Amino acid sequence: MGQVVQYIQSYLTSSQTPGAAGNMFWVLVYILLVFVGLSVAVIAMNWLERKILAHMQVRLGPMRVGPHGLMQPIADALKLLLKEDIMPAEADGLIFWVAPFIVVLAAFTVFVVVPFGPTHAITDMNIGILFMLGVSSLSVLGIVMAGWASNSHYPLIGALRSSAQMVSYEVAMGLAVVSAILMTSLNAEGTGTLSMIGIVQAQQAQGEWFIFKFFPLGLIAFFIFAVAMVAETNRAPFDLAEAESELTAGFHTEYSGFRWSLFFLAEYSAMIAVSSIAVTLWLGGWLRPFPNMLSGHIWDQVFALFPGITFLLFAAMCFYNTVRMPKHPLFRVQTIGLAGFGVVLGLIGLILFIPVVSTRIQDIFWFSAKVAGFMYLYIWYRGTFPRYRFDQLMRMGWKVLLPLGLGVLILTASVALLQEKIWHP
Amino acid sequence: MESMLHITTLHYLVLGAALFLLGVIGVLTRRNVVIVLMSIELILNAVNLNLVAFSRLWGGLHGQVFAIFVITDAAAEAAVGLGILIAFFRNKETVNIDEVNLLKW
Amino acid sequence: MLIGGILVITRKNPVHSALALIVTLLAQASIYLMLYAPFVAGVQIILYAGGIMVLFLFVIMLVSIDRSMKERQFNSQWVVGIVAATALGGLFIAVYTKGKDIFPEHALPMVENDNTQQIATMLYGQYMFAFEIASLLLLVAIIGAVVMAKKRI
Repeated sequence: MGQVVQYIQSYLTSSQTPGAAGNMFWVLVYILLVFVGLSVAVIAMNWLERKILAHMQVRLGPMRVGPHGLMQPIADALKLLLKEDIMPAEADGLIFWVAPFIVVLAAFTVFVVVPFGPTHAITDMNIGILFMLGVSSLSVLGIVMAGWASNSHYPLIGALRSSAQMVSYEVAMGLAVVSAILMTSLNAEGTGTLSMIGIVQAQQAQGEWFIFKFFPLGLIAFFIFAVAMVAETNRAPFDLAEAESELTAGFHTEYSGFRWSLFFLAEYSAMIAVSSIAVTLWLGGWLRPFPNMLSGHIWDQVFALFPGITFLLFAAMCFYNTVRMPKHPLFRVQTIGLAGFGVVLGLIGLILFIPVVSTRIQDIFWFSAKVAGFMYLYIWYRGTFPRYRFDQLMRMGWKVLLPLGLGVLILTASVALLQEKIWHP
Repeated sequence: MESMLHITTLHYLVLGAALFLLGVIGVLTRRNVVIVLMSIELILNAVNLNLVAFSRLWGGLHGQVFAIFVITDAAAEAAVGLGILIAFFRNKETVNIDEVNLLKW
Repeated sequence: MLIGGILVITRKNPVHSALALIVTLLAQASIYLMLYAPFVAGVQIILYAGGIMVLFLFVIMLVSIDRSMKERQFNSQWVVGIVAATALGGLFIAVYTKGKDIFPEHALPMVENDNTQQIATMLYGQYMFAFEIASLLLLVAIIGAVVMAKKRI
């Protein structure tokens, strides 16, 4: 038992990611943690999306299934698992079966290099950002195959449109990413890095998040990436390929039950993946806000209180809603459920105040908070913007974002060169 | 595990040669133009494997840089080849390579 | 990778062939990683598996293949093709068995950490001219492909 504790302690003080240290056991533990975390995040996203969209549209959203609809995603998952698995008669069996797996594979493999902290990634590849861009472009293949294998018009057209859109916006994404990577090379040795952890450490060393660097170039690059990533994941306002009123359901029309839930899982995971790319590249990854203006030990302590305070706030919201529940005997179970959920959240908040846990959790919390902000932005876009028509979409990808990306890249390179030569010769 | 093979450069070269052979067989024996184009991609990949294996052997990075150029070149050639295929298909309504015999004597 | 290659040339359905080619390309990327070439592996995944294969799948879908799937699959000259390929294979075997002793036993050690930086230095330094020519080639290919696929020139 002492040996186990010692083993865990020796890991907790290491300064490398498990992949770099070659430690297979911890790699497996991390993979499991990421998998579980991702599943919880997708379930939470489902609930949040329906509730937030509903509140934006001045209605209530799911309220029946659990207290305030908290059990709704679980009910949805059960329904999808129990549905009949239909396969069209003329469909190509092998490809029909393989397509959802490729999309899910591409969406989940991306998380191997996502950095939740300086040592909290599964591994830290040298070519981290290249790997992420490449693997997320593999999901286009899965979509094309899904549309083809269904052997009917709507999925085929939906798949072709969807993959054309994804390929077009990948170019704009790539250019924005390159201009951010350019900023990592403004250090003493003059060499940048493609590894995700290296990018955040470059932001830490240079003392400002890349979104604010060379104002407004970092901001424009971030804006290009933010628009391109919404188009890349086929979300509103670029969701023509899967819009319910336009093309039945696009490329996943013929998929039912478990296979459809795989597509759905892959879509949300891809959203979280590209949001984490954006957070890492521009918003400083796991760094806490205001590292320079509000630096010092006291401010560190103040910011260290944030995780616990957040969860306590959630618990307080739960208790407030418990008190507001209708005082009817039929609602007793829901009231008790909501109060129980509030208690669990409060306990998590209290645990996060313990200093030992708090120092480990800091990085992961700030990273997750920023990604959660991006998820809220996604839902906000869906509730606000009207849908782009397909030709307007392609026009924007090629004629607006691509020249803008090229311009930002050239300007960033020139300003970086000037900075190297003139201000710090 | 003492009898595990030590993977030398020769193994990579033989793998490259085998892929090249498969590509050549594909180009010479298939009728569908799309599959012929895919076999050409196999050939290019085999050449790339050779380049990178030699770059590993001699330590310099010239092989890898040239492999990047070959990949770029393969992309350009695939695009043009598929464009030709589409133009050809529009005229003849088939992707059978045996039907491209207008210049046959 | 070899199984993927064999599947590419023997499948009747071009979409199955394309799938086998994707598997082959991904296996190739992992072999590049074994050969201490992470940048080439990344470029392979992005360009080849994520770009060129999408192009192939698009064209396969636009070109209707139902009629071609029912025809004979192999060429009328397949005997000559197999003979030529066997001759080539024999040549390879002869070259490799005769020359297999000239390779040094242990390869030079290569560091992986700054592979990308070194490739970049070489690409923009020594091979700058080739780099520009490659971009010109891509421009010509884009124009060519667009012109070939247009309905009216």
